Amino acid sequence: MNPAAFYPTATDYLRFLPELILTIGGVLLLVLEALTGDNKDKSSLGYLAIAVVLGAMFAVPVALANPGTSFNGMIVSDGFAAFFRMVTLLVGLFTLLCSTSYLSREKANTGEFYLLVLFSLAGQGIMAASNELIMVFLGLEIASISSYVLAGFLRDDKRGSEAALKYFLLGSFATAFLLYGISWIYGVTGATNLVAIRESLAAGTSGNSMAVAAAALMLIGLAFKVSAAPFQAWAPDVYQGAPAPVSGFLSAGPKAAAFAIFLRIFQTSFESFSSRYEPVLWILALATMLVGNFSALWQSNVKRMLAYSSIAHAGYVLVAVTTNSNVGTAAAMFYLAAYALMNFGAFAAVTHLAGRGESHVTIDDLKGLASKQPVVAGLLTVCLLSLTGVPLTAGFFGKFYIFKAAIDNHLYWLSALGLLNSAIAAYYYLRILAAMYMHEPKTTDHPEPVPGGIQLTMWFSAAGILTLGVFPGLVLDYANRFATFVK
Amino acid sequence: MLEGYLPLFVFLVLCIAFPLAALLVGKALRPSVFAPAKLESYECGIEAVGGARGRYSVRFYLVAILFVIFDVETVFLFPWAVRYKQLGWFGVAEALVFLGILVVGYVWAYKKGALEWV
Repeated sequence: MNPAAFYPTATDYLRFLPELILTIGGVLLLVLEALTGDNKDKSSLGYLAIAVVLGAMFAVPVALANPGTSFNGMIVSDGFAAFFRMVTLLVGLFTLLCSTSYLSREKANTGEFYLLVLFSLAGQGIMAASNELIMVFLGLEIASISSYVLAGFLRDDKRGSEAALKYFLLGSFATAFLLYGISWIYGVTGATNLVAIRESLAAGTSGNSMAVAAAALMLIGLAFKVSAAPFQAWAPDVYQGAPAPVSGFLSAGPKAAAFAIFLRIFQTSFESFSSRYEPVLWILALATMLVGNFSALWQSNVKRMLAYSSIAHAGYVLVAVTTNSNVGTAAAMFYLAAYALMNFGAFAAVTHLAGRGESHVTIDDLKGLASKQPVVAGLLTVCLLSLTGVPLTAGFFGKFYIFKAAIDNHLYWLSALGLLNSAIAAYYYLRILAAMYMHEPKTTDHPEPVPGGIQLTMWFSAAGILTLGVFPGLVLDYANRFATFVK
Repeated sequence: MLEGYLPLFVFLVLCIAFPLAALLVGKALRPSVFAPAKLESYECGIEAVGGARGRYSVRFYLVAILFVIFDVETVFLFPWAVRYKQLGWFGVAEALVFLGILVVGYVWAYKKGALEWV
């Protein structure tokens, strides 16, 4: 073929604009970090990174205005991709807002943190927009490798280093499964493009049982990334050991991006044998909800509890994935957006309350918070109520749409068991509320003022939770419109 | 389709059989002597000093990782070299972008003192 056919056009770049901005911004930050010298507080680089993320957010509508595939079908710009780009960028923005003060407090405010966040966001954007298994792998690795370093960013912290090492080893292990699945698929169909794989499998010319085995391998790899049981073991240790803003980042951003490729691969390429993997997803969803919720009941460390709660929430999203329908996809999209707000809101509060060296992260440390810092306690309450799924919050509508989609698709048992699970979950969220409002403070020392970035994050997520709790249509209409994939 | 894999299968069997045979034949032929000298790392060489689990300077790892980066770089440049004429100036520009990003990383490592050997 004429190589000129491979040259990208200007539109190709426009469809890829958010990731381009993030990459260029990250490289720029790397240069600035090297040139500004050692042992200084690099908050200014953090503000620059925030500007880069905002720029990428403005580029998302530009990419959406030019729908279609670019770079010979490697990347696709559609509403689904734009949605997940926006969710991951929002999580990235929150992370950066919370990190500047956190890193200054821990005396580790260097530019590398910010550029790693930018690179990870670029990887997540590629995941959201990838239309090709090689791009899926590349995006996943870019996002993951940056996350491994972020998890161990406080080098002198033993827990952080342990978290980074565990995350790295298990993450690479999971990626190996995914990659093995990709190579099987290539062997069976001779294609890595998602649409081409779908056509090859639907035509029935290639061995379908081998394709099922490949799908199973890829399912294992993706289940690791979204921390679905029984592949969830890394999540609690990593979220507990990593710096608090990073835990929030990991539990919301990469997870949303991993669900994006999960939905895209399984509903585009493997749709022809959806009846084969539906029971597997059914068990996976139930196991994830049960393991997450029952383990969270016994935790005394707030970060670890939120880690188990994030596993449970992955289980709810898996219920939506199990429905294998457009309604289910829309419900999953809505839930992941709502989850990003409420989970990061909670982690932002933990970031502030943990104190230097993260020495105050148990539920006991939250006792009497309502009388000491009523605003923080109030905003955290909104996030926790939303995580519980109380009406008038985004979490309620998230669960509502997921279980409605499940019932519409005749998954009655899974819906019933899922609802029971969210009732169990109420216990451990309410335990924190009880500690904050119904106990006397342990100490009488004056609370530190809440840094501006953390305040902004908490107010924004609480406002978002309540807005979506009253007007869920704002996001759901969009999700419904773009829940179909190009086939 | 599977017949194409027959040579591979034969190769696999040979791969497993050969070292097994070598070990078994060696065990059958060699005399078995038990002496403390037999358990030394270098039976006929100089005597071993210290343990094998000593700590190394982390700088070895830094240099090794920098080496890996530039080693992998060539993997990307080879396909470009093969198709150099067809890709034309576009290929050159892309390769320069790729190298530019690597150089930025190198400058960062240099400024951070990763290459200083104290």
